[in-house]
Amino acid sequence: MATPKIRLEGVHKAFGPKQVLRGIDLEIASGESLVVIGGSGTGKSVLLKSTLGLIRPDRGRILIDGAETQDLSGGDRVGLMKRFGMLFQGAALFDSLTVWENVAFGLIQGRGESRKRAKEIAVDKLAQVGLGPDVAALYPAELSGGMQKRVGLARAIAAEPEIIFFDEPTTGLDPIMADVINDLIVKCRRDLGATTLSITHDMASARKIADRIAMIHEGRIIWAGPAAQVNDSGNPYVDQFVHGRADGPIQMQVRVS
Amino acid sequence: MNFLAAIGRTFLAFLAAVGRLALFTLTALAQCLKPPFYPRLFLRQVIDIGYYSLPVVGLTALFTGMVLALQTQAGFSRFGAGGFGADVVLLSVVRELGPVLAGLMVAGRIGASMAAEIGTMRVTEQIDALSTLSTNPYKYLVAPRLVAGLLMLPCLVIVADIIGVFGGFLISVYRLGENPSAYIASTWQALQAEDVVLSLLKAAAFGFVVALMGCYHGYNSRGGAQGVGAATTNAVVSASILILLFDFMITGLYVG
Repeated sequence: MATPKIRLEGVHKAFGPKQVLRGIDLEIASGESLVVIGGSGTGKSVLLKSTLGLIRPDRGRILIDGAETQDLSGGDRVGLMKRFGMLFQGAALFDSLTVWENVAFGLIQGRGESRKRAKEIAVDKLAQVGLGPDVAALYPAELSGGMQKRVGLARAIAAEPEIIFFDEPTTGLDPIMADVINDLIVKCRRDLGATTLSITHDMASARKIADRIAMIHEGRIIWAGPAAQVNDSGNPYVDQFVHGRADGPIQMQVRVS
Repeated sequence: MNFLAAIGRTFLAFLAAVGRLALFTLTALAQCLKPPFYPRLFLRQVIDIGYYSLPVVGLTALFTGMVLALQTQAGFSRFGAGGFGADVVLLSVVRELGPVLAGLMVAGRIGASMAAEIGTMRVTEQIDALSTLSTNPYKYLVAPRLVAGLLMLPCLVIVADIIGVFGGFLISVYRLGENPSAYIASTWQALQAEDVVLSLLKAAAFGFVVALMGCYHGYNSRGGAQGVGAATTNAVVSASILILLFDFMITGLYVG
């Protein structure tokens, strides 16, 4: 059996008394698109950031191509990051830099490309996400939310990474723009042949971009399977979430106790 | 018993905060020495701290020197020692008020701005984005600010010292009617290299503290706009207190 691209074994993380991840076990094959669904506060973002190394897990192992990464720091961590791209929920563009400088940031700082060459690549990547060269000289504050997401996507794919993470890629967008972003994610992934891990609570997005879907609840993966089976999972938690029902095993806290 | 437990918890929390700050400082200092360096970012901080703080520091020094001259004349004349105005203004400004007031002004202007900028980057995930783009946030954000703070506050204090003494000169000559040549001669006579060295040493320490507090509180801010606001306040308050503490410690070591 081939070594999974990403493998999480018994990953735990707590913030003070609050246990967020309670033993996450997950595998993502090379070239696969896995989408993790789950409600707010279930540990999706912590899972993503732990895998990426932005948060250090308390226990458990995170393996990339079979090599443990949870204890990497300094130059080794920087080297590992060159293999990753990330689209943040709010795009996380650097507001003191222009759009092209944002897209080219990893190329200039991380890979030592010249500014001229990096700008050419940035303009090319912006074109791939449907933004013209006129946008390149603007600042992030001059863009709409959807355009910021596209710039964030262009930045995530600029260095043509092997692994791309998407944190709530469609949150805050209108349905049409959300679909545009979903199409772009599918296209970028296909073009690069990258392995992707996405977290979302938008089921339309999950169905469109996922090969496989996993559901996280109270810090554990409670179901994982092919995207096509998500409607017939046989899991009451997944059914409640997928159909957006208030009644079911997942009890939302609606008032402060 | 609860009272003792509360004291213990507070003390432990204080020790933990000191530990976090020490770790942050050591990590940032290590990154100051290791390549790659970011000269453009350093230059931007040099301009922000050194150039754009000049008006506020200059005005503060000017008025301080003028007030000192007035107060010295008014106070010392009671004891028949009104002729020491130039010496008192010089020593007060160079040894004490120049670096301390410049430090406090820069803490208000630069410490707050650093905390707000880095804090906003923290809560909007821009610092996480730096890490994902193979860039060490300590090296990219903190190191240029620390080095610029360390180097630029002494430059500002030289200017503040000169302007402060000049303010004393203006009042002494044009308001109190002292002889300008005698005032300048007296100032030169009182000026000693070790006082200037002390002034610059304090300034370097204050510049480092202001930048460190701005970066530390910004870097560790949490929870949106409210968190950034708290980080800004904490940066200014802690930098101001540390400036006064370091001023006391350095003066104590100097005086012996």
